[in-house]
Amino acid sequence: MISFSPTEEQQMIVSMAKQFANDEMRKIYRQCDENGEIPDSVIDTVWKMGLTSSSIPEEYGGPGGEHSAITGSLIAEELAWGDLSITMHILCPALFAYPVLEMGAETQKKKYLPLFCDEKYKAATAALIEPRFGFDPYSLSTTARPDGDGYVLNGEKCYVPLAAEADLLLVYAAENGSSQGFIIEKDTKGLEIGEQEKNMGIRALATYEISLKNCRIPKENRLGGEKGCDFNRIMNCSRVALSAMATGLAKAAFEYSRDYAKERVAFGEPIASRQAIAFMLAEMAIEIDATRLMTWEAAWKLDRKGEATKEASLVKAYADDMVMMVTDRAVQILGGHGYVREHPVELWLRNGRGFVTFDGMAIV
Amino acid sequence: MIDFELTPEQKEAIRIAHEFVEELFRPISRYYDEHEHESPQELIDRAWAERNKNTLALGLDVTASLRIEELCWGDAGLFLCVPGPGLGGAAIFASGTKEQMQRFLGSFNEGEPKWGAMAMTEPGCGSDTSAISATAVHDGAEWVLNGEKIFVTWGKRAAENPGGLVVVWATVDKSAGRAGMKSFVVPAGTPGMRMEKLEKKLGIRASDTATLIFDNCRIPFENILGNPEVKKVDKSQTKGFKGAMATFDATRPIVAAMAIGVGRAALDFVKETLEKEGITIRYGVPKQKLTALERDVIEMEANYKAAKLLTLRSLWMMGQLQPNNLEASMAKAKAGLAVTKITQKAVEIMGPLGYSRKYLLEKWMRDAKINDIFEGTGQINMLIVARRVLDYSRDQLK
Repeated sequence: MISFSPTEEQQMIVSMAKQFANDEMRKIYRQCDENGEIPDSVIDTVWKMGLTSSSIPEEYGGPGGEHSAITGSLIAEELAWGDLSITMHILCPALFAYPVLEMGAETQKKKYLPLFCDEKYKAATAALIEPRFGFDPYSLSTTARPDGDGYVLNGEKCYVPLAAEADLLLVYAAENGSSQGFIIEKDTKGLEIGEQEKNMGIRALATYEISLKNCRIPKENRLGGEKGCDFNRIMNCSRVALSAMATGLAKAAFEYSRDYAKERVAFGEPIASRQAIAFMLAEMAIEIDATRLMTWEAAWKLDRKGEATKEASLVKAYADDMVMMVTDRAVQILGGHGYVREHPVELWLRNGRGFVTFDGMAIV
Repeated sequence: MIDFELTPEQKEAIRIAHEFVEELFRPISRYYDEHEHESPQELIDRAWAERNKNTLALGLDVTASLRIEELCWGDAGLFLCVPGPGLGGAAIFASGTKEQMQRFLGSFNEGEPKWGAMAMTEPGCGSDTSAISATAVHDGAEWVLNGEKIFVTWGKRAAENPGGLVVVWATVDKSAGRAGMKSFVVPAGTPGMRMEKLEKKLGIRASDTATLIFDNCRIPFENILGNPEVKKVDKSQTKGFKGAMATFDATRPIVAAMAIGVGRAALDFVKETLEKEGITIRYGVPKQKLTALERDVIEMEANYKAAKLLTLRSLWMMGQLQPNNLEASMAKAKAGLAVTKITQKAVEIMGPLGYSRKYLLEKWMRDAKINDIFEGTGQINMLIVARRVLDYSRDQLK
């Protein structure tokens, strides 16, 4: 039956995430962006909340909670309200853990999932995006060629978060034209981690180019074993995660510019009391809510294990536009003040522009 | 629990409504668009005969939203011909007493077809509904109404067909401002109420949009909705006005649901036409690989979905008895504009098929536009959303 009310348990997790975003992330995000790094202590604090490990079954050392895209979306929105870079860093291990949890072969689950149930943050990541115009996740240039009892991978990847510190990488490559996942452990011969990338936004998140040169891995490292993985579902989980994050980021920009507009006086009145500003804010509020509801619907489809490509791609396209509209207006409402780095809105605009590029960099 | 699954009853309601409009609305859509002010008597009789099987009354919840969408997918103008308590009923539900609900609506479902209407707009005031000049004067056991009301949806049918009713907004004390604004139930056929003219419109031509004149129209004292007292202590008192606004919280999501029905009709037409041409819209393809046509259709679909979910939420809240003033205006503002754009884009994409009166698409574009106007224009609803998100009063944000 149609309902828009999260469960009590979800509300608890959300309020925990909200508190962390407000108390911890909001204190350091500007500094993180300027310095291009995130203090380990923050990551360790949030890791102990068990956001990634909570859905790992008991038999693999986890608490065995339900894995839900709706819950994941709710958390992602709250965290992204705090800061996008830190959120993507925190949730980065899920890029590896969730596909293994959902689609991994039994041996893969046994081998890898317990690693994410430790007290200490486990850096793991996934590599999907390729550094070229016209990148299409369904038509990858990186290839995986069966060779004897293993696979040989070749290609270039970029925007691989935390690649340098990750012990495990899930690399997506074309195997006979279809995208599949391949597990590559750190220090595998042929895997080269490049320099840390310099991006317009998400500057606090360490991302890397990696290259694979005749990188040979055992056959059992193919995600899902012989069955392979449902790559489209992974993409949909990513679209939903990013839409939720776009919603959270947009909400931050909306709230900040709204509060500013009520404070800032021009011609004897707060600028918010002029329709030119007030209507911008109203539209921002409406589109944020619309995106959130569409995200929930797509997440709900994923949780029912249904085909969610239409819903997930519609909301992702909508969220990409929405977050740009909202963050751009937030800068506009602050005017010159929005352009200077004393205020966060320029940071949110830079981060917001990235969503259209970030496919595969977050997952629920 | 966040859930989007329809109940079996809701699925059945949609199915019944869909069959109903496919059989009864669509075949006569064009005729009543081109024969404005002719009454689709067969449809009215049939809808009335089946009113219990295919409940067309406006229950205000998610199911109502789904049903209204379906009916307006069929034809929004004909939907507005279907007998029922309509906006008059919504006003009575929003601010009447239990006794009044029983008295005015208790037997609405019996006998001959009946309509309910709400008369708010005047020649001199549209969106600024607090500026109404129609008057209600207390005289013994009666109220005496005087004034002119325009753009009354269902106005002719509600005022003239026995058993119908018109909820009229009038001021009992002009000097009291909004606090003096009250609503009154005027039964059909009451002497002093007369239908002056029917509008000729851009769209929803099957719907009667009437001017009603109240000339010393006398109604029983008990026909006032809400408290007859005017609290004049403070001019900012807006209690009477709040009755009108509570009505809008109920009716705006309904208009939003109507809008998305029309929007979906246009979208379905576009998709079916493309399918016949062997063109499929690809989802999940990177933006730079999509055709311009695919981008357009995807944008239309996403906007339809956004409007629909905002609408469902506002009616879900209503069903949960949660205050939904902000959400109702969000849904109305979004849906009105979204379907205006969706239908206009659909006509553009379909080219000669879109512009020709041989098909219904051009009619849906004309029909869609009203949803961005009645029950508060898009701009008025944006203003309400803005005030709410800014926590501003009407004086702080004009």
